[in-house]
Amino acid sequence: MTTMISVRDLARTYQTGEIEVHALRGVSFDIARGEFVAIMGPSGSGKSTLMNLIGCLDTPTSGSYTLDGLPVDQLEKPLLAAVRNRKIGFVFQQFHLLARSTALENVALPLAYRGGMAADERLERAAESLERVGLGNRMDHRPQELSGGQQQRVAIARSLVTKPALLLADEPTGALDTRTSEELMGLLTDLNHGGMTIVLVTHEPDVARYARRLLEIRDGQLLRDVSTAEAWAAQDPHAPHMTLGPVARARRVGRLPVASRWRRSV
Amino acid sequence: MSTQEQPLRRAEVSAAAAEAPATPDIAAEEEDLWEGGIGWVETLGMSLASLRGNPLRTILTALGVLIGVASVVALLAIGRGSQAAITESITANGANLLTVRAGASSSSGVRGAVGEGGTLTVADAEVLANPQNVPDAAFVSPEYSGNAQLVASSLNLNARVTGALPVYPSLHNNTLAEGAFFSDDDNRTSANVVVLGANVATNLFPGGDALGQQVRMNGQSFQVVGVLASSGGGGFGSIDDGVIVPLNTAQRKLFGARAAVGGTWSVSNIVVQAASSKQIDAALSEIEIALRNSKNLPLDGSGDTFSVINQASILATVTQTTQMLTLFLAAIAAISLLVGGIGIMNIMLVSVRERTREIGLRKALGAREGDIMLQFLFEALALSGVGGLLGLALGAGIALAVSASGVMKAQLSPDAALLALGFALAVGLFFGIAPARNAARLDPIEALRYE
Repeated sequence: MTTMISVRDLARTYQTGEIEVHALRGVSFDIARGEFVAIMGPSGSGKSTLMNLIGCLDTPTSGSYTLDGLPVDQLEKPLLAAVRNRKIGFVFQQFHLLARSTALENVALPLAYRGGMAADERLERAAESLERVGLGNRMDHRPQELSGGQQQRVAIARSLVTKPALLLADEPTGALDTRTSEELMGLLTDLNHGGMTIVLVTHEPDVARYARRLLEIRDGQLLRDVSTAEAWAAQDPHAPHMTLGPVARARRVGRLPVASRWRRSV
Repeated sequence: MSTQEQPLRRAEVSAAAAEAPATPDIAAEEEDLWEGGIGWVETLGMSLASLRGNPLRTILTALGVLIGVASVVALLAIGRGSQAAITESITANGANLLTVRAGASSSSGVRGAVGEGGTLTVADAEVLANPQNVPDAAFVSPEYSGNAQLVASSLNLNARVTGALPVYPSLHNNTLAEGAFFSDDDNRTSANVVVLGANVATNLFPGGDALGQQVRMNGQSFQVVGVLASSGGGGFGSIDDGVIVPLNTAQRKLFGARAAVGGTWSVSNIVVQAASSKQIDAALSEIEIALRNSKNLPLDGSGDTFSVINQASILATVTQTTQMLTLFLAAIAAISLLVGGIGIMNIMLVSVRERTREIGLRKALGAREGDIMLQFLFEALALSGVGGLLGLALGAGIALAVSASGVMKAQLSPDAALLALGFALAVGLFFGIAPARNAARLDPIEALRYE
């Protein structure tokens, strides 16, 4: 397996006036291509800082970060924008769709910032991407005409349209109800089965259990790096809900939000 | 942050960090990251789309610039039109003219007492007519004018009667609509002939049959030998509202203008036409010297009993005044343009604040600082550009309407239009930069979290 993300002694210090805040105090880990990793931690733990660094929205104070072979911590600012554009697909808690644009236009937006592609081709690829998340029949709808789950799927289609190396989801289910959350996590699981590397930042154990590996951050440091199965088996007090596996739990409540199921439920 | 201050290229990095997996195409890939990016055409499209998305706000913001540009264009056009109209009315009386009048000009110190040899006479005109005295003069024409009641059948009116020489029409650029001007013979014999101004002719003879008719003035009968074409000059005692008779007839028969001394006849003024516009100043000083010599007045001009009015200098003064007024009005209008620019800045700042999350998203999706900057700058420029173009149309419309109404004349000029449009764009650029830079410098993390 090839390495997608390589983080070494990553640290980030914020300067607010006289006070230095050590948000991240030296974190090291590797993520291989095709992994599904959840980053967890309570608020103030530094998980958001870590996500911003992985997403190339911020640069580390010290340490190194290599994404898909690129030494990101060494790159200049305009290049970071290009890296975000080509390597990373973002999914945000608040969807962040442009209200005045249709689903199709929203999805095509990252391709405009890539440049060198005719408008027709961009829309074609955006349409393919929307088909892929099961919204082929909602392309001309504006965000306010779509449900929350559909909006988040548009956002996922947007993140996929550039064929990124990494899908970075920041609390993707934070604004969704339980059922929609499960459908959405099913979609992400499906994408991961298709080979997409996914890094998921969440504070909900129910969501984190869809991932196969768990990175837990506490006080700016990596508390543990285990498989989610292991975390569940350990009956950790931080993961009290993880008494059943996701599939088993879904069966018990009469829902099976996996694989092909989400497509039909549109 | 060290990465921005000391950018390292991949080549140096791979040499330093040997443990990094040295995939051969990474350097090329990093090089490739510099390529592409959104073009300015695409960015302009985004700017226009967001302006279209909020049409009312766009219109109201552009309105500020629109009104500014419209008023600048309209005022400049009206100013230029008025200036042209005034120039025309002054030069309608003839070009390169110097008028000698009795009485000292108020600017030359102590005024001579009235009646102290304070009249011009035919003798003075003869002095000036001598080419040795005033070599730069082309024509010298003494004129005597007074007012008289004109009667033709049942109609009558009071008009200015000018006694002049046959050279009058060529001096004052008058042409005859009907008949002919009187001749030297008519003058010598003090013939009772009259040439009517255009308005007098239509008022006294509404039927248009003035030629050959009789007009009574001061109890004497005059035959109409000609009617002048309208000079259209307006102002400054246009000849359209007067009549012309031979000089001798006016002096001897109509007004009895015998001079107090010297057994000669007095004249109201002596019109001298310089041979060319370059010779006006020379002719003026020659006239002054000749008259001072013949009247035994001090040569420094301190005792002048006459004054010479230079048409060119009046023209220059009037032109300068109207130009200053025009500029003054345009400057006031430009202030409104500036206010329009501040309106643009205000709306752009609000827009950047409102769209903070959108900016954050665009940055996360790969927009560079320059892309965001350009997008907002284009919005400001489009606002001022559209406002400017519409303002240009409105300003031209106002100018044409004013012209059509006949109250004032307006003269549109492409340079004034370009100036106003350019100024509008400059205002948009100037007031658009600060909001655009605010937008470009937003931290994407903060921006995405902004509520």
